[in-house]
Amino acid sequence: MSDRCKFKQYVWELPLRWFHWINVLAIVVLSGTGFLIGHPVTLGASASDYAMGWIRLIHFVAAYTFTVSVASRVVWAFIGNEHASWRAFFPMFSAKGREKLRHMVRYYTLQTHQVPETVGHNPLATTAYFFLFLVYLGMILTGFAMYATHAPGGIMFKSLGFMYSHFTLQGMRLAHHLGMWLIFGFVINHIYSAWLMDIKEHGGEISSMFSGYKFTVKKGD
Amino acid sequence: MSTTRTEPCNDTRGDALRNEDLSISQILKERGVSRRDFLKFCSTVTAALALPPSFAPSVAQALDEVKRPPLVWLEFQGCTGDSEALLRSANPTVGEIVLDILSVDYHETIMAAAGHQAEAALDKTITDYKGKYFAVIEGSIPMKDGGVYGCVGGKSNLERARQVCGGAAATIAIGNCASYGGIPAAAPNPTGAVGVKEAVPGATVINLPGCPCNADNLTATIVHYLVFNKIPALDGHGRPLFAYGKRIHDNCERRPHFDAGQYVEKWGDEGHRKGYCLYKMGCKGPATFHNCPTQRYNEKTAWPIGSGHPCVGCAEPQFWDVMSPMYRRLPNVPGFGIEHTADAIGLGLAAGAAGAFVVHGALSAMRKDKEPGEDTKED
Ligand code: HEM
Ligand code: HEM
Ligand code: SF4
Repeated sequence: MSDRCKFKQYVWELPLRWFHWINVLAIVVLSGTGFLIGHPVTLGASASDYAMGWIRLIHFVAAYTFTVSVASRVVWAFIGNEHASWRAFFPMFSAKGREKLRHMVRYYTLQTHQVPETVGHNPLATTAYFFLFLVYLGMILTGFAMYATHAPGGIMFKSLGFMYSHFTLQGMRLAHHLGMWLIFGFVINHIYSAWLMDIKEHGGEISSMFSGYKFTVKKGD
Repeated sequence: MSTTRTEPCNDTRGDALRNEDLSISQILKERGVSRRDFLKFCSTVTAALALPPSFAPSVAQALDEVKRPPLVWLEFQGCTGDSEALLRSANPTVGEIVLDILSVDYHETIMAAAGHQAEAALDKTITDYKGKYFAVIEGSIPMKDGGVYGCVGGKSNLERARQVCGGAAATIAIGNCASYGGIPAAAPNPTGAVGVKEAVPGATVINLPGCPCNADNLTATIVHYLVFNKIPALDGHGRPLFAYGKRIHDNCERRPHFDAGQYVEKWGDEGHRKGYCLYKMGCKGPATFHNCPTQRYNEKTAWPIGSGHPCVGCAEPQFWDVMSPMYRRLPNVPGFGIEHTADAIGLGLAAGAAGAFVVHGALSAMRKDKEPGEDTKED
């Protein structure tokens, strides 16, 4: 263990942290309600109850929140700091990024004892985030395409016309359902990695998503 | 050859009734349909067209004046269920009236003529009334191997379809087979079956899918054409919006049970007997656009969900493949065995990921890693 001083760095700006935790909350709510939509339990005692109605309403409210938050994060990739920038999500397109990526892969596959340090996102994580955002996009498109079928001819239905001409509703339902499991797969990986790097890097990895600060050997600007 | 063919309903018409100058209401009068029945028919059709009741008089007036268009009905690769549905349709045999108001010049299943004579009649109609007649196509069109899997009178269905649909004012593809290939097109589709629009892309086609099609929707489509002199507004799958503009799930009489959270869990259980929602039994109402809940069948008495069977989605393209399994809500995951539901696969994925990280975590915990220092810090 080294006893060197670390520098306190402000990496995650407030909006980014908000987007992260709103997304987490929304996904928890969406998965819970989504699971009940996929496997409904007979909750109603009489036909005038509205159990499934409320579950779906909560799903849709969370869905709108989620969509706005995801869209905002994408916009933030163009106005936020360098760690939030869209460039961080494509490490394989720069020599330095590839080098860091290689080190990270070597560390994760237990081939080196050298814990790499990353001030912003670790490049392996951003690669996963990129695919996660594709899953988000899939969930949002299939979700709204299913949702809009209650009002065919409406603006939402018309603007999602390309979805209906390329996919069947049953296919979308299946993809939406499987997408949830893909997100679960990501989250298991993600929380584990955050925990691992928090322990190994000693940089306050997990708390950085709350406070915005990390602690690194590298001196910030 | 066709000794089993029974007397067709349109064969009893005398030559006078074949007179092109008679209007539809005159013909109906001669056929013994009372004015009252005619007006009743007009309001039924107005309702089927999703027009407000105030339109009924205009429909009646238009039908009073309009001349009967010739119609040819071709039977391709299908089960004749749509003809059956039409012939069995309701009182005052709305379907009968359609057959009566239309000059059905050719219908393989019900015409008296047979053989070359019949084929000649068809050729005559499509040449004499080019651009004016209606074509109704029932059954899919096999395309594989030059269309050899479906031939009538030595001509392939494809050849006939090109000839007949190409010269028609409008072609009505009746039933899922004619609309999208239907059951003959189900995987592995041995005959290369397709719907009319795909076989004859240039034709003006109105799809009336369903298995079978609801005869009321056929009547309404034809009346729409006669009254407004144009085909009804269609959706992205070529179906008239008046009949396919709403999801079954959104007009279903069991919907309150869906919203309440009351589901049939097993065939014949308490909920099934009480008419609860069939969602968990694999109902495809949430993915199917059709007016079954309002239009219904058999004199508006019944329809599948009303009778306790989940919707199988028969009005949607490729329903046999995309809506299966019939009694499960979600399709099987392609590439996996049929016993693998989406959840079994998802659970496997999550458990696999968790397992891998438990092992990784244990290994990492035992290792003495070197914390970031001057040499491994980010640069
Ligand atoms: C991470 C995000 C999401 C998750 C994990 C999720 C999860 C689920 C699940 C598991 C189902 C049940 C699928 C089934 O078995 O049929 C479902 C249904 C549905 N979800 Fe989502 N969902 C998400 C986002 C969205 C979004 C953004 C929308 C957009 C409106 C949406 C709209 C719907 C709709 C319309 C249904 C079908 C509801 C019904 O037909 O009653 N979802 N969701
Ligand atoms: C539904 C659950 C979660 C999802 C989908 C998710 C997704 C994400 C995404 C997309 C990012 C990138 C942030 C950005 O650039 O905007 C991120 C970062 C981060 N998340 Fe999560 N997260 C989840 C739960 C959690 C939880 C429970 C924790 C705490 C243990 C956590 C800790 C972090 C940390 C520390 C980072 C920054 C890591 C880095 O350097 O890349 N996340 N997460
Ligand atoms: S029975 Fe089918 S169509 Fe009717 S409410 Fe239930 S799921 Fe929807």
